[in-house]
Amino acid sequence: MARGHHKIFLGMAAGVGKTYRMLQEGQAEAEAGRDVAIGYLEPHDRPATAAQAEGLETLPRRGISYRGNRVEDMDLTAIITRHPELCLIDELAHTNAPGGPHEKRYEDVNEVLDTGIDVYSTVNVQHLESLNDQVSELTGIRVRETLPDAVLASADEVVLVDVTPQSLIERLIAGKVYKPEAVQPALENFFKIENLNALREVALRQVAEDVEAKRFPAQTALRPNGRRERLIDTHAQQAISERLLALITPQPGAQRIVRRAWRSAQRLGAELDVLWVARANPTAEQSEQIEALRRLASVLGAHLLLEQGDDVALVTQRVARERNTTYILMGPPHHHGALTRLLRPSLAARLLRTLPEIDLRIVADRTRPAERDVPELDP
Amino acid sequence: VSWLKREKQSGASGPAGGDKRILFPFDAHGLAPSALDAALRLARSQSGTLVPVFLARVPLHLSIDAALPRQSKLAVAMQDAVEQRADEFDVPVDSRIERGRSYRHALRQTIANERFEMIVLAAAAGDGPGFNAGDVAWLLANAPGEIVVLRPALAAVAPAD
Repeated sequence: MARGHHKIFLGMAAGVGKTYRMLQEGQAEAEAGRDVAIGYLEPHDRPATAAQAEGLETLPRRGISYRGNRVEDMDLTAIITRHPELCLIDELAHTNAPGGPHEKRYEDVNEVLDTGIDVYSTVNVQHLESLNDQVSELTGIRVRETLPDAVLASADEVVLVDVTPQSLIERLIAGKVYKPEAVQPALENFFKIENLNALREVALRQVAEDVEAKRFPAQTALRPNGRRERLIDTHAQQAISERLLALITPQPGAQRIVRRAWRSAQRLGAELDVLWVARANPTAEQSEQIEALRRLASVLGAHLLLEQGDDVALVTQRVARERNTTYILMGPPHHHGALTRLLRPSLAARLLRTLPEIDLRIVADRTRPAERDVPELDP
Repeated sequence: VSWLKREKQSGASGPAGGDKRILFPFDAHGLAPSALDAALRLARSQSGTLVPVFLARVPLHLSIDAALPRQSKLAVAMQDAVEQRADEFDVPVDSRIERGRSYRHALRQTIANERFEMIVLAAAAGDGPGFNAGDVAWLLANAPGEIVVLRPALAAVAPAD
């Protein structure tokens, strides 16, 4: 049996309209003649959302007594038994009440998909496991219910449901998101314009990365000989997200290159890798610098890579290809004599020749006069 | 020729520095230009290297090794400013970022991780940037090496950026 098709509606925060959009598309599928049922819906007392669900079959919920309270959760058995063509399931990151077959709702959804049922589901970006710390640092709010990134990565489609932070705040004030008594606390805590701007950026980037990851496999064609051939050049696949690689040697000036690279990465919304290619085991002084760089990289959220090799250009070339680098940043080159330049091209020149698809940027040392030399990596 | 080569290699972080390393911790509350200048004058007089350390505070709701983009922005801007000022004084620098659950915890980590001979500390004036009396007392009791406490600066400024 073929696995069902999974479409996720991703949003930056509650109230952007994920559930509404999921129901809207569910209605369209039903009108097109498909058998659609609601597996679980969290209407949050929003009349417009509830109205959008009208006419669609809602499957029964599972009632559980938990710590003296009666709670209701999605009934996995009921969905699989009913077996609609398409099932709408809200709140993918939800933690199930005890007593069910799985701890998390996404595990239930996985089982539904395995039975061949298509699923539409919803999630907010702050629930993604890898973004949890980032979102928490940006907003000061820790989200407890998380979702492994693999769930989003394995979805067949991810749809970003986006509104501007201003519109979302207007919706909140108009009582379209929460009950009136919950509006003011929400405005004072999570729903601040700076929080929403940051979350929106994270959500947009997440979807861009997902599009990029899925773009390449789609660009293939089946040839008459039965072979699947790529329609686009391998090196043309990094059109959307940027990834920077800062080349350093473990010495005090490296910190400046890493900081400059991090600033560029921030502006581009890119990941940053920091690479040192060592020819031999590090000296005590180099080890000290590496430890300091490790601490710097950790605070910045960059990735420190240590590689061994005699040919810095060759190792850099390999790492850049492996990590889909789009920019390389490095310190200024040595001032060699004309003969040396002729016989031994600089690292920058070699990288430009061997990695034509990658931009190269020499990080100037603005604190130093032009005549001073700055040690750089040997090619 | 080998002497020239050594000279060239030692210029890694700017002007050639001596072996004496002078820690200059500061935090996100800013740093007083007068304190920085005093630390740089001390470093220059001793032919030492200034080690400006940005102390990052990791809130309890984050894991201790989490990335800190908001504080990083501040740290990067402040360290660039410190390095530019150090260059005017012709003092070599070797910047650091250290993290902890509190500024004192980050300071403790700095002392544990760094090689240094002296700590130059700017004392706070009221709510201004710098370290309070408790931090200074703790440092005097716990840190090895010389400790220079600079008196509170009136012309304290918040970080740029």
